[in-house]
Amino acid sequence: MKTKEEVGIKGYAGYVPRYRITPKEIGDVWGKDGESMGKGLRIESKSVPSPDEDVVTISTQSAKWAMQRADVDSQDIEAIYVGSESHPYAVKPTATIVAASLAASPDLTAADYEFACKAGTAAFQTCMGMVASGMIDNGIAIGADTSQGAPGDALEYSAAAGGAAYIIGSDDLLAKFRHTCSYTTDTPDFWRREGEKYPQHGGRFTGKPAYFKHVTNCTNKLLDETGREPEDYDYAVFHQPNGKFPMKAAKRMGFSKEQIEPGLLVPKIGNTYSGAVPLGLAATLDHAEPGDEILVTSYGSGAGSDSFDIEVTENIVKIDDENVPRIEEIIADNEFISYSVYAKYREKISEGGA
Amino acid sequence: MPIPRFWREIEQRYKGIGSRCKNCGEIYFPPRKVCPECRRESFQNMEEYELEGTGEVVTYTEIHEPHQEFEMLSPYILAIVEMDEGVRLTGHLVNVDYDEVESGMRVEASMRKLGEESPKGLIYYGYKFWPIDD
Ligand SMILES: [Zn+2]
Repeated sequence: MKTKEEVGIKGYAGYVPRYRITPKEIGDVWGKDGESMGKGLRIESKSVPSPDEDVVTISTQSAKWAMQRADVDSQDIEAIYVGSESHPYAVKPTATIVAASLAASPDLTAADYEFACKAGTAAFQTCMGMVASGMIDNGIAIGADTSQGAPGDALEYSAAAGGAAYIIGSDDLLAKFRHTCSYTTDTPDFWRREGEKYPQHGGRFTGKPAYFKHVTNCTNKLLDETGREPEDYDYAVFHQPNGKFPMKAAKRMGFSKEQIEPGLLVPKIGNTYSGAVPLGLAATLDHAEPGDEILVTSYGSGAGSDSFDIEVTENIVKIDDENVPRIEEIIADNEFISYSVYAKYREKISEGGA
Repeated sequence: MPIPRFWREIEQRYKGIGSRCKNCGEIYFPPRKVCPECRRESFQNMEEYELEGTGEVVTYTEIHEPHQEFEMLSPYILAIVEMDEGVRLTGHLVNVDYDEVESGMRVEASMRKLGEESPKGLIYYGYKFWPIDD
Protein backbone atom coordinates (compact mmCIF):
# COMPACT_ATOMS: atom_id res chain seq x y z
CA MET A 1 0.00 0.00 0.00
CA LYS A 2 1.36 3.32 -1.03
CA THR A 3 -0.27 6.68 -0.42
CA LYS A 4 -0.93 9.03 -3.35
CA GLU A 5 0.12 12.08 -1.39
CA GLU A 6 3.16 12.39 0.86
CA VAL A 7 2.48 11.53 4.48
CA GLY A 8 4.72 11.10 7.49
CA ILE A 9 5.64 11.83 11.08
CA LYS A 10 5.65 15.45 12.28
CA GLY A 11 6.33 14.68 15.93
CA TYR A 12 6.66 11.71 18.23
CA ALA A 13 7.27 10.95 21.91
CA GLY A 14 6.88 8.10 24.33
CA TYR A 15 6.37 7.48 28.02
CA VAL A 16 7.34 4.51 30.19
CA PRO A 17 6.29 4.28 33.86
CA ARG A 18 9.16 4.64 36.27
CA TYR A 19 8.93 1.47 38.34
CA ARG A 20 10.80 -1.74 37.43
CA ILE A 21 10.78 -5.30 38.69
CA THR A 22 13.23 -8.09 37.83
CA PRO A 23 12.28 -11.63 36.70
CA LYS A 24 14.24 -12.93 39.69
CA GLU A 25 12.03 -11.02 42.11
CA ILE A 26 8.91 -12.46 40.45
CA GLY A 27 10.32 -16.00 40.30
CA ASP A 28 11.30 -16.00 43.99
CA VAL A 29 7.66 -15.54 44.99
CA TRP A 30 6.50 -18.49 42.91
CA GLY A 31 9.42 -20.77 43.79
CA LYS A 32 10.77 -20.58 40.24
CA ASP A 33 14.18 -19.68 38.88
CA GLY A 34 13.17 -16.24 37.66
CA GLU A 35 16.72 -15.30 36.78
CA SER A 36 17.17 -18.01 34.16
CA MET A 37 13.57 -17.40 33.02
CA GLY A 38 14.57 -13.78 32.41
CA LYS A 39 17.72 -14.84 30.60
CA GLY A 40 15.72 -17.15 28.34
CA LEU A 41 13.32 -14.32 27.51
CA ARG A 42 16.18 -11.80 27.39
CA ILE A 43 14.36 -9.58 29.86
CA GLU A 44 16.43 -7.96 32.64
CA SER A 45 13.57 -5.92 34.04
CA LYS A 46 10.05 -4.82 33.12
CA SER A 47 8.21 -1.57 33.72
CA VAL A 48 5.37 -1.38 36.23
CA PRO A 49 2.83 1.43 36.23
CA SER A 50 2.03 3.29 39.43
CA PRO A 51 -1.60 2.77 40.55
CA ASP A 52 -2.41 6.25 39.23
CA GLU A 53 -1.13 5.49 35.72
CA ASP A 54 -3.10 3.83 32.93
CA VAL A 55 -3.50 3.97 29.15
CA VAL A 56 -5.19 7.39 29.40
CA THR A 57 -2.33 8.97 31.36
CA ILE A 58 0.43 7.32 29.27
CA SER A 59 -1.30 8.33 26.02
CA THR A 60 -1.92 11.89 27.19
CA GLN A 61 1.67 12.48 28.27
CA SER A 62 3.10 10.97 25.07
CA ALA A 63 0.73 12.97 22.86
CA LYS A 64 1.43 16.20 24.75
CA TRP A 65 5.17 15.80 24.16
CA ALA A 66 4.69 14.71 20.54
CA MET A 67 2.60 17.84 19.85
CA GLN A 68 5.27 19.98 21.46
CA ARG A 69 7.86 18.47 19.12
CA ALA A 70 5.61 18.80 16.07
CA ASP A 71 4.80 22.38 17.08
CA VAL A 72 1.16 21.67 16.26
CA ASP A 73 -1.64 23.51 18.03
CA SER A 74 -4.23 21.33 19.79
CA GLN A 75 -6.98 22.95 17.73
CA ASP A 76 -5.26 21.69 14.54
CA ILE A 77 -5.57 18.04 15.57
CA GLU A 78 -8.46 16.56 13.59
CA ALA A 79 -8.23 12.88 14.54
CA ILE A 80 -7.08 10.83 17.54
CA TYR A 81 -6.85 7.05 17.53
CA VAL A 82 -5.65 5.16 20.60
CA GLY A 83 -4.61 1.54 20.11
CA SER A 84 -4.48 -0.63 23.24
CA GLU A 85 -5.62 -3.89 24.77
CA SER A 86 -5.87 -2.34 28.22
CA HIS A 87 -8.24 0.59 27.73
CA PRO A 88 -9.35 1.69 31.23
CA TYR A 89 -13.02 1.35 30.35
CA ALA A 90 -14.64 -1.61 28.57
CA VAL A 91 -17.18 0.87 27.19
CA LYS A 92 -16.19 4.56 27.03
CA PRO A 93 -13.43 5.61 24.71
CA THR A 94 -9.91 6.39 25.89
CA ALA A 95 -9.57 8.72 22.89
CA THR A 96 -12.24 11.17 24.14
CA ILE A 97 -10.44 11.62 27.48
CA VAL A 98 -7.09 12.08 25.71
CA ALA A 99 -8.66 14.56 23.27
CA ALA A 100 -10.16 16.61 26.12
CA SER A 101 -6.94 16.68 28.09
CA LEU A 102 -5.01 17.86 25.02
CA ALA A 103 -7.64 20.58 24.48
CA ALA A 104 -8.29 19.15 21.02
CA SER A 105 -12.03 18.59 21.51
CA PRO A 106 -14.68 18.96 20.25
CA ASP A 107 -13.82 19.48 16.56
CA LEU A 108 -12.17 16.16 15.75
CA THR A 109 -12.90 12.50 15.11
CA ALA A 110 -11.72 10.02 17.73
CA ALA A 111 -11.86 6.29 18.40
CA ASP A 112 -10.15 3.46 20.23
CA TYR A 113 -8.49 0.62 18.40
CA GLU A 114 -7.99 -2.96 19.51
CA PHE A 115 -5.82 -5.55 17.80
CA ALA A 116 -3.73 -7.06 20.60
CA CYS A 117 -0.20 -5.61 20.23
CA LYS A 118 -0.61 -4.04 16.79
CA ALA A 119 -3.48 -1.66 17.60
CA GLY A 120 -1.00 1.23 17.56
CA THR A 121 0.27 0.60 14.03
CA ALA A 122 -3.35 0.11 12.86
CA ALA A 123 -3.85 3.68 14.13
CA PHE A 124 -0.79 4.77 12.07
CA GLN A 125 -2.36 3.39 8.90
CA THR A 126 -5.73 5.06 9.57
CA CYS A 127 -4.10 8.45 10.09
CA MET A 128 -1.94 7.93 6.98
CA GLY A 129 -5.04 7.27 4.88
CA MET A 130 -6.92 10.25 6.25
CA VAL A 131 -4.00 12.63 5.76
CA ALA A 132 -3.12 11.35 2.29
CA SER A 133 -6.73 11.59 1.13
CA GLY A 134 -6.95 15.17 2.34
CA MET A 135 -9.67 14.48 4.93
CA ILE A 136 -7.46 15.84 7.72
CA ASP A 137 -4.20 17.77 8.00
CA ASN A 138 -3.03 16.37 11.33
CA GLY A 139 -3.92 13.20 13.24
CA ILE A 140 -2.55 11.54 16.36
CA ALA A 141 -1.90 7.79 16.42
CA ILE A 142 -1.13 6.27 19.81
CA GLY A 143 -0.13 2.78 20.92
CA ALA A 144 -0.12 2.23 24.70
CA ASP A 145 -0.72 -0.56 27.18
CA THR A 146 -0.59 -1.45 30.86
CA SER A 147 -0.79 -5.19 30.37
CA GLN A 148 -0.94 -7.87 33.00
CA GLY A 149 -0.18 -11.55 33.14
CA ALA A 150 -2.01 -13.71 35.65
CA PRO A 151 -0.02 -14.15 38.89
CA GLY A 152 2.42 -17.05 38.39
CA ASP A 153 1.81 -17.26 34.64
CA ALA A 154 4.75 -17.04 32.20
CA LEU A 155 3.37 -13.72 30.96
CA GLU A 156 3.93 -12.18 34.39
CA TYR A 157 7.67 -12.06 33.64
CA SER A 158 7.20 -9.87 30.56
CA ALA A 159 3.86 -7.97 30.63
CA ALA A 160 4.76 -4.30 31.08
CA ALA A 161 3.51 -0.77 30.52
CA GLY A 162 4.36 2.09 28.18
CA GLY A 163 3.32 3.85 25.01
CA ALA A 164 4.16 6.36 22.31
CA ALA A 165 2.28 8.93 20.24
CA TYR A 166 2.82 10.10 16.67
CA ILE A 167 1.57 13.27 15.00
CA ILE A 168 0.88 12.25 11.42
CA GLY A 169 0.60 14.89 8.71
CA SER A 170 1.89 15.96 5.31
CA ASP A 171 4.19 18.94 5.92
CA ASP A 172 7.24 19.68 8.10
CA LEU A 173 7.89 15.94 8.32
CA LEU A 174 10.61 14.42 10.50
CA ALA A 175 10.19 11.16 8.59
CA LYS A 176 8.17 9.99 5.59
CA PHE A 177 6.11 6.83 5.29
CA ARG A 178 7.09 5.59 1.83
CA HIS A 179 5.20 2.32 1.95
CA THR A 180 3.07 0.15 4.22
CA CYS A 181 1.55 -3.32 3.97
CA SER A 182 -0.27 -5.75 6.21
CA TYR A 183 -0.63 -9.51 6.65
CA THR A 184 -3.72 -10.76 8.48
CA THR A 185 -5.04 -14.24 9.37
CA ASP A 186 -7.37 -15.81 11.93
CA THR A 187 -4.91 -17.37 14.40
CA PRO A 188 -5.91 -18.29 17.99
CA ASP A 189 -2.57 -17.67 19.75
CA PHE A 190 -3.67 -15.26 22.50
CA TRP A 191 -7.03 -13.98 23.69
CA ARG A 192 -8.99 -12.52 26.56
CA ARG A 193 -12.74 -12.94 26.87
CA GLU A 194 -14.93 -9.99 27.88
CA GLY A 195 -15.01 -9.62 31.67
CA GLU A 196 -11.87 -11.70 32.25
CA LYS A 197 -9.00 -9.88 33.91
CA TYR A 198 -6.10 -11.86 32.48
CA PRO A 199 -5.49 -13.21 28.96
CA GLN A 200 -5.12 -16.84 27.88
CA HIS A 201 -2.46 -17.94 25.43
CA GLY A 202 -1.62 -20.94 23.31
CA GLY A 203 1.76 -21.60 24.97
CA ARG A 204 4.28 -22.71 22.36
CA PHE A 205 1.70 -21.95 19.71
CA THR A 206 2.54 -18.23 20.16
CA GLY A 207 5.85 -18.68 18.31
CA LYS A 208 6.10 -20.27 14.90
CA PRO A 209 2.54 -20.12 13.50
CA ALA A 210 1.87 -16.79 15.16
CA TYR A 211 4.67 -14.26 15.71
CA PHE A 212 7.27 -15.62 13.27
CA LYS A 213 4.87 -16.42 10.43
CA HIS A 214 3.22 -12.99 10.46
CA VAL A 215 6.30 -10.87 11.10
CA THR A 216 8.32 -12.71 8.43
CA ASN A 217 5.59 -12.77 5.79
CA CYS A 218 4.67 -9.14 6.28
CA THR A 219 8.29 -7.95 6.23
CA ASN A 220 9.06 -10.01 3.12
CA LYS A 221 5.96 -8.64 1.45
CA LEU A 222 7.16 -5.09 2.13
CA LEU A 223 10.60 -5.93 0.73
CA ASP A 224 8.98 -7.47 -2.36
CA GLU A 225 6.67 -4.53 -2.96
CA THR A 226 9.44 -1.96 -2.53
CA GLY A 227 12.13 -4.01 -4.28
CA ARG A 228 14.48 -3.57 -1.37
CA GLU A 229 16.81 -5.79 0.65
CA PRO A 230 17.29 -5.97 4.46
CA GLU A 231 20.75 -4.40 4.15
CA ASP A 232 19.27 -1.30 2.45
CA TYR A 233 17.89 -0.21 5.81
CA ASP A 234 19.84 1.59 8.52
CA TYR A 235 17.49 0.34 11.23
CA ALA A 236 14.71 -2.17 11.75
CA VAL A 237 12.09 -2.37 14.49
CA PHE A 238 10.13 -5.58 15.12
CA HIS A 239 7.45 -6.32 17.66
CA GLN A 240 9.14 -7.47 20.85
CA PRO A 241 7.09 -9.68 23.21
CA ASN A 242 10.47 -10.72 24.64
CA GLY A 243 14.09 -10.19 23.59
CA LYS A 244 14.41 -13.57 21.92
CA PHE A 245 11.69 -13.41 19.25
CA PRO A 246 12.73 -10.18 17.46
CA MET A 247 16.41 -11.21 17.43
CA LYS A 248 15.56 -14.61 15.99
CA ALA A 249 13.17 -13.15 13.40
CA ALA A 250 15.69 -10.47 12.40
CA LYS A 251 18.47 -13.00 11.94
CA ARG A 252 16.27 -15.33 9.92
CA MET A 253 15.29 -12.51 7.53
CA GLY A 254 18.82 -11.18 7.14
CA PHE A 255 18.79 -8.17 9.47
CA SER A 256 21.76 -7.59 11.76
CA LYS A 257 21.90 -7.08 15.49
CA GLU A 258 23.16 -3.51 14.87
CA GLN A 259 20.07 -2.68 12.80
CA ILE A 260 17.60 -3.68 15.51
CA GLU A 261 19.56 -2.66 18.61
CA PRO A 262 18.45 1.00 19.06
CA GLY A 263 14.79 -0.03 18.91
CA LEU A 264 15.07 -3.16 21.05
CA LEU A 265 13.76 -1.90 24.40
CA VAL A 266 12.25 -5.10 25.77
CA PRO A 267 15.36 -6.20 27.77
CA LYS A 268 15.02 -3.09 29.99
CA ILE A 269 11.26 -2.43 30.07
CA GLY A 270 9.55 -5.72 29.13
CA ASN A 271 6.73 -6.23 26.64
CA THR A 272 4.73 -3.03 26.32
CA TYR A 273 2.25 -4.66 23.91
CA SER A 274 0.65 -1.94 21.73
CA GLY A 275 3.36 0.41 22.99
CA ALA A 276 6.25 -1.84 21.92
CA VAL A 277 6.70 -0.96 18.23
CA PRO A 278 5.74 2.72 18.66
CA LEU A 279 8.30 3.01 21.52
CA GLY A 280 10.93 1.04 19.58
CA LEU A 281 10.47 3.30 16.55
CA ALA A 282 10.66 6.39 18.79
CA ALA A 283 13.95 5.21 20.32
CA THR A 284 15.26 4.52 16.80
CA LEU A 285 14.21 7.98 15.56
CA ASP A 286 16.05 9.44 18.58
CA HIS A 287 19.22 7.97 17.03
CA ALA A 288 18.45 8.65 13.37
CA GLU A 289 20.19 11.01 10.98
CA PRO A 290 18.76 12.66 7.85
CA GLY A 291 18.40 10.13 5.04
CA ASP A 292 18.29 7.09 7.34
CA GLU A 293 15.86 4.38 6.30
CA ILE A 294 13.89 2.35 8.82
CA LEU A 295 11.84 -0.81 8.38
CA VAL A 296 9.13 -1.45 10.98
CA THR A 297 6.96 -4.55 11.49
CA SER A 298 4.44 -4.87 14.28
CA TYR A 299 2.60 -8.00 15.38
CA GLY A 300 -0.77 -8.43 17.05
CA SER A 301 -2.13 -11.75 18.20
CA GLY A 302 -5.25 -12.97 16.60
CA ALA A 303 -3.32 -12.28 14.28
CA GLY A 304 -1.68 -9.74 12.00
CA SER A 305 1.34 -7.64 11.16
CA ASP A 306 1.78 -4.16 9.68
CA SER A 307 5.04 -3.17 8.00
CA PHE A 308 6.30 0.33 7.19
CA ASP A 309 9.12 1.71 5.07
CA ILE A 310 10.24 5.01 6.61
CA GLU A 311 12.75 7.60 5.44
CA VAL A 312 14.09 10.18 7.89
CA THR A 313 14.20 13.80 6.63
CA GLU A 314 16.64 16.63 7.37
CA ASN A 315 14.10 18.05 9.88
CA ILE A 316 15.15 15.38 12.39
CA VAL A 317 18.15 17.53 13.41
CA LYS A 318 15.80 20.33 14.54
CA ILE A 319 13.92 18.12 16.97
CA ASP A 320 13.14 19.42 20.48
CA ASP A 321 15.26 17.35 22.87
CA GLU A 322 15.31 20.19 25.38
CA ASN A 323 11.75 20.02 26.66
CA VAL A 324 10.86 16.53 25.51
CA PRO A 325 12.91 13.63 26.90
CA ARG A 326 14.47 11.01 24.63
CA ILE A 327 13.29 7.44 25.14
CA GLU A 328 16.61 6.35 26.66
CA GLU A 329 16.37 9.18 29.20
CA ILE A 330 12.87 8.10 30.20
CA ILE A 331 13.98 4.48 30.55
CA ALA A 332 17.06 5.45 32.59
CA ASP A 333 14.93 7.26 35.19
CA ASN A 334 13.71 4.24 37.13
CA GLU A 335 13.19 2.71 40.55
CA PHE A 336 13.23 -1.01 41.30
CA ILE A 337 10.44 -2.38 43.48
CA SER A 338 9.81 -5.60 45.40
CA TYR A 339 7.13 -8.14 44.52
CA SER A 340 4.99 -7.01 47.45
CA VAL A 341 4.92 -3.42 46.20
CA TYR A 342 4.36 -4.73 42.67
CA ALA A 343 1.43 -6.87 43.84
CA LYS A 344 -0.09 -3.91 45.64
CA TYR A 345 0.30 -1.70 42.56
CA ARG A 346 -1.23 -4.31 40.31
CA GLU A 347 -4.04 -4.96 42.79
CA LYS A 348 -3.18 -8.64 42.89
CA ILE A 349 -3.51 -9.18 46.61
CA SER A 350 -7.29 -9.20 46.54
CA GLU A 351 -7.24 -11.29 43.37
CA GLY A 352 -5.21 -14.20 44.68
CA GLY A 353 -7.25 -14.41 47.86
CA ALA A 354 -4.25 -15.72 49.79
CA MET B 1 -18.52 12.96 43.50
CA PRO B 2 -21.75 13.41 41.52
CA ILE B 3 -21.33 12.94 37.74
CA PRO B 4 -22.59 16.46 36.79
CA ARG B 5 -20.03 18.11 39.07
CA PHE B 6 -17.22 15.92 37.74
CA TRP B 7 -18.23 16.68 34.18
CA ARG B 8 -18.51 20.44 34.80
CA GLU B 9 -15.00 20.45 36.24
CA ILE B 10 -13.36 18.42 33.42
CA GLU B 11 -11.95 21.57 31.79
CA GLN B 12 -10.19 22.79 34.91
CA ARG B 13 -9.12 19.32 36.02
CA TYR B 14 -7.61 18.14 32.75
CA LYS B 15 -6.19 21.31 31.32
CA GLY B 16 -5.76 23.67 34.24
CA ILE B 17 -8.34 26.19 33.05
CA GLY B 18 -8.70 29.02 35.55
CA SER B 19 -10.01 32.55 35.15
CA ARG B 20 -8.49 35.99 34.78
CA CYS B 21 -10.00 39.25 35.92
CA LYS B 22 -9.88 41.65 32.98
CA ASN B 23 -10.10 44.57 35.38
CA CYS B 24 -6.97 43.95 37.50
CA GLY B 25 -5.31 41.03 35.68
CA GLU B 26 -5.38 38.65 38.67
CA ILE B 27 -5.53 34.94 37.78
CA TYR B 28 -7.64 32.47 39.75
CA PHE B 29 -7.67 28.70 39.97
CA PRO B 30 -10.17 27.13 40.42
CA PRO B 31 -11.90 29.69 38.17
CA ARG B 32 -14.04 32.37 39.79
CA LYS B 33 -17.02 34.23 38.40
CA VAL B 34 -16.19 37.36 40.36
CA CYS B 35 -12.80 38.83 41.32
CA PRO B 36 -12.69 39.25 45.12
CA GLU B 37 -10.54 42.38 44.68
CA CYS B 38 -12.60 44.16 42.09
CA ARG B 39 -16.00 42.78 43.07
CA ARG B 40 -18.67 44.57 41.04
CA GLU B 41 -16.21 45.91 38.45
CA SER B 42 -15.17 42.37 37.55
CA PHE B 43 -18.75 41.25 37.01
CA GLN B 44 -19.03 39.75 33.49
CA ASN B 45 -15.43 40.80 33.07
CA MET B 46 -13.75 37.47 33.87
CA GLU B 47 -12.15 35.40 31.08
CA GLU B 48 -10.98 31.78 30.83
CA TYR B 49 -7.26 31.39 31.40
CA GLU B 50 -5.26 28.23 30.71
CA LEU B 51 -2.35 27.75 33.11
CA GLU B 52 1.00 26.84 31.52
CA GLY B 53 1.27 23.92 33.93
CA THR B 54 4.68 24.79 35.37
CA GLY B 55 5.59 26.15 38.77
CA GLU B 56 7.63 25.51 41.88
CA VAL B 57 7.20 23.66 45.15
CA VAL B 58 6.40 25.94 48.09
CA THR B 59 5.97 23.32 50.83
CA TYR B 60 5.59 19.56 50.85
CA THR B 61 4.94 16.65 53.16
CA GLU B 62 4.92 12.88 52.98
CA ILE B 63 1.61 11.19 53.79
CA HIS B 64 1.93 7.79 55.45
CA GLU B 65 -1.63 7.21 56.59
CA PRO B 66 -3.70 8.38 53.70
CA HIS B 67 -7.38 8.63 53.10
CA GLN B 68 -8.73 5.22 52.01
CA GLU B 69 -8.86 6.02 48.30
CA PHE B 70 -5.12 6.79 48.24
CA GLU B 71 -4.09 3.70 50.21
CA MET B 72 -2.52 2.09 47.15
CA LEU B 73 -0.17 5.05 46.74
CA SER B 74 0.98 5.22 50.36
CA PRO B 75 3.35 6.80 51.17
CA TYR B 76 2.94 9.71 48.78
CA ILE B 77 4.06 13.32 48.69
CA LEU B 78 1.58 16.17 48.89
CA ALA B 79 2.79 19.64 47.93
CA ILE B 80 1.66 23.21 47.59
CA VAL B 81 2.87 24.43 44.22
CA GLU B 82 3.05 28.05 43.15
CA MET B 83 2.30 28.14 39.45
CA ASP B 84 4.24 30.57 37.26
CA GLU B 85 1.03 32.63 36.98
CA GLY B 86 1.09 33.14 40.78
CA VAL B 87 -1.77 30.87 41.85
CA ARG B 88 -1.11 28.17 44.42
CA LEU B 89 -2.36 24.61 43.92
CA THR B 90 -2.25 21.55 46.11
CA GLY B 91 -1.28 18.31 44.41
CA HIS B 92 0.61 15.05 44.62
CA LEU B 93 4.28 14.90 43.59
CA VAL B 94 5.05 11.80 41.48
CA ASN B 95 8.08 10.15 39.84
CA VAL B 96 10.33 11.49 42.60
CA ASP B 97 11.59 10.28 45.98
CA TYR B 98 10.77 12.26 49.10
CA ASP B 99 14.42 12.96 49.92
CA GLU B 100 14.96 14.47 46.46
CA VAL B 101 12.21 17.06 46.92
CA GLU B 102 13.02 20.59 48.04
CA SER B 103 11.26 23.92 48.25
CA GLY B 104 11.74 25.91 45.09
CA MET B 105 12.02 22.76 42.94
CA ARG B 106 10.60 23.25 39.44
CA VAL B 107 7.63 21.02 38.64
CA GLU B 108 5.17 20.46 35.80
CA ALA B 109 1.59 19.17 35.81
CA SER B 110 1.03 15.73 34.31
CA MET B 111 -2.22 13.85 33.99
CA ARG B 112 -2.84 11.00 36.43
CA LYS B 113 -5.71 9.01 37.86
CA LEU B 114 -6.91 10.89 40.91
CA GLY B 115 -9.36 8.23 42.02
CA GLU B 116 -12.52 6.47 41.04
CA GLU B 117 -16.15 6.45 42.03
CA SER B 118 -15.94 2.67 42.67
CA PRO B 119 -14.51 -0.30 40.74
CA LYS B 120 -17.66 -0.15 38.59
CA GLY B 121 -17.85 3.62 38.48
CA LEU B 122 -16.22 6.55 36.75
CA ILE B 123 -12.47 7.10 36.83
CA TYR B 124 -11.41 10.60 37.86
CA TYR B 125 -8.40 12.05 36.04
CA GLY B 126 -6.58 15.25 36.84
CA TYR B 127 -3.19 16.80 37.41
CA LYS B 128 -0.34 15.76 39.65
CA PHE B 129 3.17 17.28 39.54
CA TRP B 130 6.57 15.92 38.68
CA PRO B 131 10.02 17.51 38.66
CA ILE B 132 11.43 19.17 35.54
CA ASP B 133 14.83 20.63 34.76
CA ASP B 134 15.10 24.42 35.05
ZN1 LIG C 1 -9.80 41.99 39.64
